[in-house]
Amino acid sequence: MTDGAAAGLSRETGSVLVKRGLAEMLKGGVIMDVVTPDQAKIAEDAGASAVMALERVPADIRRDGGVARMSDPEMIEGIKAAVTIPVMAKARIGHFVEAQILQALGVDYVDESEVLTPADETHHIDKWAFTVPFVCGATNLGEALRRISEGAAMIRSKGEAGTGNIVEAVRHLRTILGDIRKITQADAAELFDWAKRLQAPLPLVQELAETATLPVPLFCAGGIATPADAALVMQLGAQAVFVGSGIFKSDDPAPRAKAIVEATTHFQDPDILVKVSRGLGPAMPGLEIGGLEQTFADRGW
Amino acid sequence: MKVGVLAVQGAFALHARRIEGLGAVAVEVRTAAALAEVDALVLPGGESTAISMLLERSGLVAPLRERLAAGMPALGTCAGMILLAGEVVDGRPDQISLGAIDVAVRRNAFGRQVDSFEADLPVRGLGGGDDDPAVVRAVFIRAPVVERVGPGVEVLAEVDGRAVACRQGAVMVTAFHPELTADDRLHRAFLRSAGWEAAR
Repeated sequence: MTDGAAAGLSRETGSVLVKRGLAEMLKGGVIMDVVTPDQAKIAEDAGASAVMALERVPADIRRDGGVARMSDPEMIEGIKAAVTIPVMAKARIGHFVEAQILQALGVDYVDESEVLTPADETHHIDKWAFTVPFVCGATNLGEALRRISEGAAMIRSKGEAGTGNIVEAVRHLRTILGDIRKITQADAAELFDWAKRLQAPLPLVQELAETATLPVPLFCAGGIATPADAALVMQLGAQAVFVGSGIFKSDDPAPRAKAIVEATTHFQDPDILVKVSRGLGPAMPGLEIGGLEQTFADRGW
Repeated sequence: MKVGVLAVQGAFALHARRIEGLGAVAVEVRTAAALAEVDALVLPGGESTAISMLLERSGLVAPLRERLAAGMPALGTCAGMILLAGEVVDGRPDQISLGAIDVAVRRNAFGRQVDSFEADLPVRGLGGGDDDPAVVRAVFIRAPVVERVGPGVEVLAEVDGRAVACRQGAVMVTAFHPELTADDRLHRAFLRSAGWEAAR
């Protein structure tokens, strides 16, 4: 210690506040899927609040099939070197060793993601065991609370990744937020039943009844392809958005990325939404949910 | 008193809630029209590069510079501190510096998220004498640090001998996040310095 003012300053890393705090900083922003350092640069230049490094965007995983895994560490290091914004990366559900590798690589957030092929069909990662924070997907409130009880510091509604179809994202957000609204009206006895039905820990249900909000930020993912899609989920109550295939599977990624960033900020201002939605060229080709061979959202337990 | 909270990206909702909790009116600022209405402004944490670009595209840079030059009280936390600084040592070339406080800052000075931390930090100027500073639980998230302090800038707190909270006139900046904890003394001190008596 060379300075008296610093004497005795004991630093606590990896605390709940520090993990959830970074999610707070990402609110109102757009987190973009990237597979190369070049794409990461385009995302940062467009105003992304963070990038998500993965091997293939969900639309390609869907098309090519096979087992989807964590990215090559070399690619993640390249992406980290290319940008100054936070870098997230995906690990397979239950694959705690992929998560250990990502933590050792110094990524800023780990996404335990249903978009990759699950490594464990019963257990998710014990996220309390890590210093790095985790985000997990959820299709309903019970799933969200189970992930939080395992240590997730951010929840994203899953939607159906790689489809460019917003319908599942809307369904999942409405399910989560609608049940939260109902729980705030429940009396003490009814909360026991809610915990049972949601298969969620009672203390988290009771806390929710008190605060009327999840204890961690709620972001939205899966199917956002246009500025209007982003503004829609923000108006429904998402606090930030993840865009996967929607940017780099469109005809002209850079302007679309910028437009989605602006739409996420000005989600309540239709005049600005008109301006940013104009002349973006074709969005990614979308898919009907009924025609899918594999739905990613069903992965997670 | 109407206190604006810059709401283009970041932790603006928590600041707004804190300000409302202290009895002032919080206004989310995303446009020049909203900025014109407020008496003081909080610039929250978030991603400074993203906020910087959104300020530009939302036509907020010139009106912000004007209001700050005219003496509008401002509190900048983390990314907000980076935006208010006179100089960013390692920013992107297109990063905006509003130049409201004469400090040079370095982004991500403590490392990546796994190095982010919380600590008990003595902070001067929150009540209590200079010999007996208030201790706050300070949360540092991919935090910046002040590398150089100009004349007329008061250093309120330090980590490892480097400034992490400063004040110059009506402008206050912190590298940490007072909005993340229940302790409202820093916001109180800011509202007091902005001339709002009810914050006592």
